[in-house]
Amino acid sequence: MDVAFLEQLVRLMAANDLHTVDVRDGGRRICLIRGGPLPSPTAPAPSPAAPQPAPPAAQPAQPPSDDAGLIPIKSPMVGTFYAAASPEAKPFVTVGSVVDEDTDVCIIEAMKVFNNIKAECRGRIEKILVSNGQTVEFGQPLFLVKPA
Amino acid sequence: MFSKILIANRGEIALRIIRACRELGVRTAAVYSTADRDGAWLQLADQAICIGEAPPAQSYLNIPRIISAAEIADVQAIHPGYGFLAENAHFADICRSCRIEFIGPPVAAMRAMGDKIECKRLARKAKVPTLPGSNGAVEDEKAALAIAEEIGYPVIIKAAAGGGGRGMRIAHNNVSLRAGIRQARAEAENAFKDSTVYLEKYVERGRHIEVQVIADAHGNAIHLFERDCSLQRRHQKLVEESPSPFLSAEVRSELCAGAVRLVKAAGYVNAGTVEFLVDQDQRFYLLEVNARIQVEHPVTEMVTGVDLVQWQIRVAAGEKLPLTQKQIQHNGHAIECRINAEDPARNFAPSPGLIEEFRPPGGPGVRLDSHAYAGYRIPPNYDSMIGKLIIHRPTRQEAVMTARRALAEFHIEPIKTTIPLHLRIMHDEQFLRGDVDTGFVERVLINQGA
Repeated sequence: MDVAFLEQLVRLMAANDLHTVDVRDGGRRICLIRGGPLPSPTAPAPSPAAPQPAPPAAQPAQPPSDDAGLIPIKSPMVGTFYAAASPEAKPFVTVGSVVDEDTDVCIIEAMKVFNNIKAECRGRIEKILVSNGQTVEFGQPLFLVKPA
Repeated sequence: MFSKILIANRGEIALRIIRACRELGVRTAAVYSTADRDGAWLQLADQAICIGEAPPAQSYLNIPRIISAAEIADVQAIHPGYGFLAENAHFADICRSCRIEFIGPPVAAMRAMGDKIECKRLARKAKVPTLPGSNGAVEDEKAALAIAEEIGYPVIIKAAAGGGGRGMRIAHNNVSLRAGIRQARAEAENAFKDSTVYLEKYVERGRHIEVQVIADAHGNAIHLFERDCSLQRRHQKLVEESPSPFLSAEVRSELCAGAVRLVKAAGYVNAGTVEFLVDQDQRFYLLEVNARIQVEHPVTEMVTGVDLVQWQIRVAAGEKLPLTQKQIQHNGHAIECRINAEDPARNFAPSPGLIEEFRPPGGPGVRLDSHAYAGYRIPPNYDSMIGKLIIHRPTRQEAVMTARRALAEFHIEPIKTTIPLHLRIMHDEQFLRGDVDTGFVERVLINQGA
């Protein structure tokens, strides 16, 4: 086993931020898989560090496979999530609700200011990821939408 | 004592504050931007809240988001660290009106210290010498020329709202003064939204010597001796040490006493640093007051044995200073080297990116305050300092020897750092003699072909 070659591969992977390298040479095959950095303490799933600067839409969290193809609606602010306009009112949306870009999906309260949060996508609400009164951080996924 | 504090900062100072809190039994919440998801300090906080994207305006400088985070984390106080919002009186004011204590001075004292002109007025009141100069804002070019005529060239033009070495220009004659004023005004307007400038006598080959002070809310104010920060590059400090190898015992004493008088006159509470310029004849003049904990605070911690960040938290919680002036002793010699991710070969261009190898130094007399680790990707969005190496030994000579050893042990690859530069400084004849001034780095080291 050519250790120098392996070391070179490892360096190449790091320098180019590659996750997997699979090399075949005649009867020989080397497959290297690179582990990601320590997971963020509050993110639901670990992910490799995004090359900088990460575009705003690139959410590092990897959704589990049955959520593949669903669009997350993420919190644009830090605050408290409310599902409805008031305690007596019906929730803005439920699972199955159809939304478009301008549909109000929830309220996030920050510093006593209540902010209506828009879906900014088109489709049907598949999953609601947070509960009424839960505190949320910037970028935290709130809903998963099945695109139209 | 607070039961929970929010740290409104990042990197090594966030780590420092979290460490102090853990020892005090205070729980912590840290805010972070999307660029700092891999921050090692976040793992040590009890709670970490993402508040926005990388640009400081959307994260570490964003007051509404920080306050929101403080509310959802249910904290009693916020520690602002240094930089970012640490000297933002408006932020301190908002914290306190939201019933969250700001770990720092009262708003009025912050405003006074942040206004260079007001600060000079308080200095005169406290009988602390200030540099001859315009004694206030310079109204126009004509006034500037008259003042320069009176105090003599060279003069330095400074922005009233500036600080940290920014917004300054030196003029050696009438022509450069005219051009300098115009440029300084434009830069100040752009950077600080305040084009007010003032003039001061420029001291060539001056030494930058600062005094650490701390005051509680019960009227006690003490100093913790000085730090000599003369080794700078473009007004950014590179190496700091205590005691100053330059000052006589008598001048040291006057300097420290003057600093205490000034903070008392300003009604100052909590930690602060009074910066002085000292000329070749050991005459000293007030430069500015930094109303926050400073980067180089570990130098003072090593020579006095005081945990300054813990004391900040205790003062903010209403406690009296744990020690009296008499009980503060100065032991040994400490030197701090700022480790920046910069490439000295490319004019100190920032060198962000992935740290593959990180082998820190250790052994007697070595302290490393750093959030970096092997596998950490330094984000390009913030300042380039990745750590501080602090050496503490009984004498300056031994401290320099240990610094050489520690710097030689310290391996960070493949990103470029200032470690090689620090090694050259620790071997430099002039530095060994303690004979450096604020122009030293530029003149000597860079001309040697860094």
